[in-house]
Amino acid sequence: MEPILQVQHLTHTYSVGTPFQRSAVEDMSFDVYDGEFLGIIGHTGSGKSTLIQHLNGLLRPTSGQILLHGKDIWAEPKKIRDVRFQVGLVFQYPEYQLFEETVYKDIAFGPTNQGKTGEELDRCVREAARLVGIRDDQLGKSPFELSGGQKRRVALAGVMAMEPDVLVLDEPTAGLDPAGRENLMANIRDYHRNKKRTIILVSHSMDEIAQNVDRILVLKSAHVLMSGAPAEVFARADELLSAGLDVPQVTRIAMGLRERGLAIDPAVYTVEALERELLALREGGAAC
Amino acid sequence: MKDAIIETKDLTFSYPADEGAEPALVLKGVDLTIERGSFVVVLGHNGSGKSTLAKTFNGILLPCGGRVYVAGMDTQDENQLLAIRSTVGMVFQNPDNQIVANVVEEDVAFAPENLGVPSQEIRRRVDDALAAVGMSEFVRHAPHLLSGGQKQRIAIAGVLAMEPACIVLDEATAMLDPVGRREVLSAVHRLNQEKGITVVLITHHMNEAEDADRVVVMDDGKVALDGTPREVFTQVDALRSMGLTVPDTVDLLDRLCKDGLDVPLTALTVEACADAIYSAVAK
Amino acid sequence: MLKDITLGQYFPGDTVAHRLDPRTKILLVVLYIVALFCADSLLAYGILAAVLAVCVRISRVGIRALVRGLKPVVFIIVFTGLLNLFFTPGEHILAEWGFLHVTAEGARNALFMVLRIMLLIMGTFLMTYTTSPISLTDGLERLLNWMKKLHVPVHELAMIMSIALRFIPTLIEETDKIMSAQKARGADFESGGIIQKAKALIPILVPLFISAFRRADELAVAMECRCYHGDEGRTKLHVLQYEGRDYAALALGAVITAGIIALRQFL
Repeated sequence: MEPILQVQHLTHTYSVGTPFQRSAVEDMSFDVYDGEFLGIIGHTGSGKSTLIQHLNGLLRPTSGQILLHGKDIWAEPKKIRDVRFQVGLVFQYPEYQLFEETVYKDIAFGPTNQGKTGEELDRCVREAARLVGIRDDQLGKSPFELSGGQKRRVALAGVMAMEPDVLVLDEPTAGLDPAGRENLMANIRDYHRNKKRTIILVSHSMDEIAQNVDRILVLKSAHVLMSGAPAEVFARADELLSAGLDVPQVTRIAMGLRERGLAIDPAVYTVEALERELLALREGGAAC
Repeated sequence: MKDAIIETKDLTFSYPADEGAEPALVLKGVDLTIERGSFVVVLGHNGSGKSTLAKTFNGILLPCGGRVYVAGMDTQDENQLLAIRSTVGMVFQNPDNQIVANVVEEDVAFAPENLGVPSQEIRRRVDDALAAVGMSEFVRHAPHLLSGGQKQRIAIAGVLAMEPACIVLDEATAMLDPVGRREVLSAVHRLNQEKGITVVLITHHMNEAEDADRVVVMDDGKVALDGTPREVFTQVDALRSMGLTVPDTVDLLDRLCKDGLDVPLTALTVEACADAIYSAVAK
Repeated sequence: MLKDITLGQYFPGDTVAHRLDPRTKILLVVLYIVALFCADSLLAYGILAAVLAVCVRISRVGIRALVRGLKPVVFIIVFTGLLNLFFTPGEHILAEWGFLHVTAEGARNALFMVLRIMLLIMGTFLMTYTTSPISLTDGLERLLNWMKKLHVPVHELAMIMSIALRFIPTLIEETDKIMSAQKARGADFESGGIIQKAKALIPILVPLFISAFRRADELAVAMECRCYHGDEGRTKLHVLQYEGRDYAALALGAVITAGIIALRQFL
């Protein structure tokens, strides 16, 4: 697979030259591949939010580079706005950025800034709304009449409508109830499946990451701690736990079973896989 | 029967509707008794009425029908309002929107100041409350520089300074990261165990209910399920139909049970779950 | 970038200047302002500058922080200075370019005006640097307590002020966040004329106002839950009490101000 985004030796230091000087991101390097669903996890303060604001040029690196399609995004600082259309960033609690009179107009804000007009604009807005499950009859309503979960969907559609090559989502399900979380993640999975575009999902929830992504990047105090497929990362559960991070509940059950002497694959991290594993074990046990 | 700290009797409530529209009932006859000293978790999806219910517990919202009693006082009795509010303290979702002052100790002192407590006594209460939530070293800090979990513990201290018999946390962990959530939960568990303060924790995070004495599930303005965590979480299908998920431990046990394995559904914690599965599979 | 704004920034410390009762400090600043407006000789300004210097020294705030406080008003200082320099009528013309002429009186006025503004700003800043906003509000509330009899809602105003102080950092942070979010949607705050720039603010202001109202709503409920019911029967964690040093400081301030006024008569 081709890398679409490349982070190379990225360092970002806040308050340079004051007693408060501190690096939120230090010498970070990794690639994001075209079409993948990448999960980023790490504590508050691990550098996640600073990192993602570099991906679309909201922050400028203190040193290091971000390459998009192989080109340094800061090669021409005047064209940084174009980068923001190609790397769409949805902040935490994005519903607080809604401002237009109607849902339609709010979703259209991004694509209009992009220069889209007429039929193309209309197509982008309607398609994005459909992707997040906003009905046509809701497009004319004021966004402030909607429920919390629906507001969040509108905000998400506002970024999807710019049709970015990479969609970065910062804690998209924060504060939602279990049903709301699952519905929203289903919308995001559909978007990924239909559009075949790259998604970067930042989350605190190991379970959410475990259930959705192809590859995980674990951050710890401004550095990349490890990266790999979920099975690879969760197989190193001990390291994650000692770094003060969670692992999925299923991984912990599997660890407990291994401690008790059952031969469970360390790479198991979903309920379904552990169930299969246990059934196989029972069959095997019955056979001997 | 034990002493009740909060008691609702056939409680109904609706928010004022737009002109011409029929007001929709948010609470449809809730009968609930919270025992003094207990740790009760109230679960429910958004819109189930759980937050509205919480706000009737200290007279912020008054019943449209039925009654709410706090330590025997009717919440509709205006003369008792301050006594009721200092008996049942509330902590809300957004930590930023409940901190009044820009120095931690001033904020914690806010409630006792309102209650007319003498200065020296306020000092003692502030120090005790901050110690109880493990925030003593931040006494002179500015709240906006603290983490979410720390801010929420300041908010709890601010309520504790009223020396309440009961604390209600209205989705107080919803906006926190896992670390902050753990900080807040262990603080309220300690208050419950060491000081005997009744805790009503309103949440939609299932795993916060594991250690509770009692779990109440709200659905469509009514109490749908009520019992110990074991009793409630074993009703996997009922919970799912109400838009709630069950902890992975229970989900796994439920599946294994349906696959014909002899495992109990009552093992909620990871350790208990591993034990149960091990003894069923290794047999 | 918005985080750089400082409003009456407080430098915590434990000097006499910090420990004085906030009411004393407010009264001293009032006396100082009266003295500044009465000063009309180099000697008087010299005395006041010396007094300020001594206070700065005592407070350990550092002259640099005070000078930094002058930065935002440099334009006003220069403008008033120039206005006085060129447009004061007088007999002794020192220099002349076309319609502009500098008189001796003008030079004197300009110098005094600039000194007055600078000393005024540095003096008030010294108070806010050494007094936390909350005790300043507290001091004001207590000083103006007598106005309650005239039905002036002193307590309510003080409460509004302290809540405003509490929420300034929160709202600044929020503004930053909303700006970033709109920039991520391609909003452009830099280019275009004034009208376009003003229009570009709508996507920031609307969410900011909505969020401020939501916060106000939630805060009101939280305050009610903590038994807030106005100032009736309210007590305080920190009770303000005048100490010996407050009386001494006030007496000294009064003597200096009287001296400055007396200088007017004699010089």
